[in-house]
Amino acid sequence: MEIKVLKDILSANEQIAERNRQLLDSKSVFAVNLMSSPGAGKTSLILETIKMLKGKTRIGVIEGDVSSSLDAETIGKEGVPVIQINTGGGCHLDANMLSSALSNVPLQDIELLLIENVGNLICPAGFALGEHKKVLISSIPEGDDKPFKYPLMFHKADAVLINKIDLLPYLKFDTQSFSQAIRGINEKVEIFQISCATGQGIQEWLSWLLTQMSRR
Amino acid sequence: MHEFAITQSMCDIVLEQAKKARVKKVGKINLVIGEMTGVVGDCVQFYFDFISRGTLAEGAALSFVMVPPKARCRDCDKLFDLKEFDWTCPYCGGNSLQIVAGKELFVESIEVE
Ligand SMILES: Nc1nc2c(ncn2[C@@H]2O[C@H](COP(=O)(O)OP(=O)(O)O)[C@@H](O)[C@H]2O)c(=O)[nH]1
Ligand SMILES: [Mg+2]
Ligand SMILES: [Zn+2]
Repeated sequence: MEIKVLKDILSANEQIAERNRQLLDSKSVFAVNLMSSPGAGKTSLILETIKMLKGKTRIGVIEGDVSSSLDAETIGKEGVPVIQINTGGGCHLDANMLSSALSNVPLQDIELLLIENVGNLICPAGFALGEHKKVLISSIPEGDDKPFKYPLMFHKADAVLINKIDLLPYLKFDTQSFSQAIRGINEKVEIFQISCATGQGIQEWLSWLLTQMSRR
Repeated sequence: MHEFAITQSMCDIVLEQAKKARVKKVGKINLVIGEMTGVVGDCVQFYFDFISRGTLAEGAALSFVMVPPKARCRDCDKLFDLKEFDWTCPYCGGNSLQIVAGKELFVESIEVE
């Protein structure tokens, strides 16, 4: 006998993500899921964002980096609450991990929660956390073919940050065809060119971020 | 890899359905997987053998229907297979596309005794 099931395999994760979002909403916290390959600049962007919004927006950070707590320590020095998630070598964060981490975040004290996902362009794409926006960082040294190799990630992102544009003079990267490829499969996407090293483009990213927060 | 988490959720869904229908044994599980998810069938099989041990689904055969990515052109409305490194419409050269297949990840059905 055959029994029809027709059930999405990730539906359990989606349900927990929805609960996380409700919790965040009830505390008026706006959550951003930051994803990229290792080394693209997630931690650098978090640090830059904290510095620029100091005294204006109260920020908390969840660190999902694979094994070390190095990133968490660096961010902790900025004086914002940081919670480290230990994925035990896992390749992505999931809604359940975020749910336990949230119980340790002082949600009443923050307005913006930046979540650094595990450096990986495949696995995090499928696992919603309960975030309000998905932000993907893709950096110049990685090359401009990444949308073709990891289409799902680029398809789902609300914003794509092209980071390390200070390196454009030295490396081959066609930002125009890169952006066009992403826009082709993602109607809603916002694309920014930034450098965490020189600060170029950071204002545009921040004003987008603050607009998204105020619109919610 | 994420196949472990995916196989775990898949098993949960299968066992819940099997219990609801009060079956003795799950003989086969039919899965639909879009190629864009990056989920590898062999990996799912590997974890499944381990995760299903001692459950109603132990020894069940896994069948995978892999769905290649398909897109619809927003300019001319035609459907086509999304090629790996060329995202232009083969009919009109447009490059605004709606992905209509390739993101699937679900349990289609189970065959039970
Ligand atoms: N040249 C340059 N280097 C950068 C930039 N942003 C980050 N980096 C460097 O890239 C490396 C990895 O950055 P990190 O933020 O740790 O990446 P993560 O693994 O995604 O968190 C570090 O050595 C950073 O200093 C940038 O805009 N330009
Ligand atoms: Mg980092
Ligand atoms: Zn067309």
